[in-house]
Amino acid sequence: MTASVFFGCTFIAFGPAIALFLFTIARDPLRVIFLIAGAFFWLCSLLLSSLVWFITVQISDKESASQQKGLLIFGVVLSVLLQETFRFGYYKLLKKANEGLLTLSAEETMPISIRQLAYVSGLGFGFMSGAFSMVNILADSIGPGTIGIHGDSQHYFLSSAFMTMAVILLHMFWGVVFFDSCEKQHWWSLAVVVISHLLVSCLTFQNPQYVGSLVPTYIIMFFMGLWAFFCAGGSLRNLKLCLTCKDKDFLLANHRPR
Amino acid sequence: MICIHWKGPLQLQQAYLIAIFGPHGPDVHQVPARVVRPGSSLGAISVDDLVAVLCPKGPLRMLVETAQERNEPIFPALIYSSAMIWMVGMANPAINAEPTNEETDEEAHQSEGSALAGDWAEPETQVSSGMNRSYSTEDDLDEEDRGVKLGLGDFIFYSVLVGKAATTGGDWNTTLACFVAILIGLCLTLLLLAIFKKALPALPISITFGLVFYFSTDNLVRPFMDNLAAHQFYI
Repeated sequence: MTASVFFGCTFIAFGPAIALFLFTIARDPLRVIFLIAGAFFWLCSLLLSSLVWFITVQISDKESASQQKGLLIFGVVLSVLLQETFRFGYYKLLKKANEGLLTLSAEETMPISIRQLAYVSGLGFGFMSGAFSMVNILADSIGPGTIGIHGDSQHYFLSSAFMTMAVILLHMFWGVVFFDSCEKQHWWSLAVVVISHLLVSCLTFQNPQYVGSLVPTYIIMFFMGLWAFFCAGGSLRNLKLCLTCKDKDFLLANHRPR
Repeated sequence: MICIHWKGPLQLQQAYLIAIFGPHGPDVHQVPARVVRPGSSLGAISVDDLVAVLCPKGPLRMLVETAQERNEPIFPALIYSSAMIWMVGMANPAINAEPTNEETDEEAHQSEGSALAGDWAEPETQVSSGMNRSYSTEDDLDEEDRGVKLGLGDFIFYSVLVGKAATTGGDWNTTLACFVAILIGLCLTLLLLAIFKKALPALPISITFGLVFYFSTDNLVRPFMDNLAAHQFYI
């Protein structure tokens, strides 16, 4: 495989996420810390689900391919549920930490709002999820080889890259909606987030029929994006003000003295 | 060099120290595995760190206390200092618009590594308790005197662990997992530092997390992720 495949797939998969990180998170060390903590929580959920999957595989019949596939599907579903559980756990921890930070510091307002934390933690989950899905594939794409030489799909790298990008952005949107639902105690929207995550993962069982998995995933991502936008306090009026650079609050808040 | 021993932009000092000490991690792997096995030696070093810093007669604790008594800073080339004020009532100087004469209680998180050539660096993270300084408008406080300080030996051991993860197995997931685990260990150490306000060893928590995640990712997560990637399932 060529260098262009490697760079192309890397930027497709991680481009939006890295741009978001550089422009909104990198300057604030507190946000970086919460991003890494979010990544850590995702990692813990993955560890737990891998442990359970590993145990079930050890006690199962290793020869039977259909049983192994069934166990893998079980592993995926369990992993999704555990990820959402750990997201909830992270939310609880952040609420407690925010209260703690407030009492410890002399200031009257919290240094970081729960909405910013939702965004940052969602992106942390997304980064880790995308990295774990994609990095080994990217490493292989630099080496020699031919894709699909045994009859598998030729679009493996490209579809993986697009899927990874969708998953990273989805995690961010899920984070925002999830935290907002927890704040307002709308348990039904929480359930919708979990179900959409399950749906996206289950759609990938159709791979390599990419039409069945990629297209619906992108549609779900678009709608989740809209929902997250409105949850975070966005509106058409805000958007218009922002795009025409007339939003005074935003300009004042981001004004840096020379 | 001027930045470290005299005055200079803090970012330049930090960048130089990281650039020099970071890559020493993989050098440790030149030692053959039958002489020292990195996993167990890392565990032993972190226990030693714990003892050296926390015991009342521990060498590093006595070193820091002596430096405090004499009111001298510890040798600057062995410490990495950040200008970030981590806790409690002290605003970040970059956005502090009205500097007044205030007594600020600082935790100078100091650590030291004896980076003698050829020897194992002994890393410790230590904090001198509550140095009261007055913060005047003349801004005569050096940027380095605020914020946390971390021993450079610690950097070496962190990079040893990540380097081992990267070189063995050829699996990037393990490297990433170690990286995140070490960072979280460091965050937890700094949190404990803010709570206890005294000298703390930087190694044990990070190395423990790093080792736990290294072995578990290598043995448990790797087969799971490989299977998922083979079928192109996404979680």
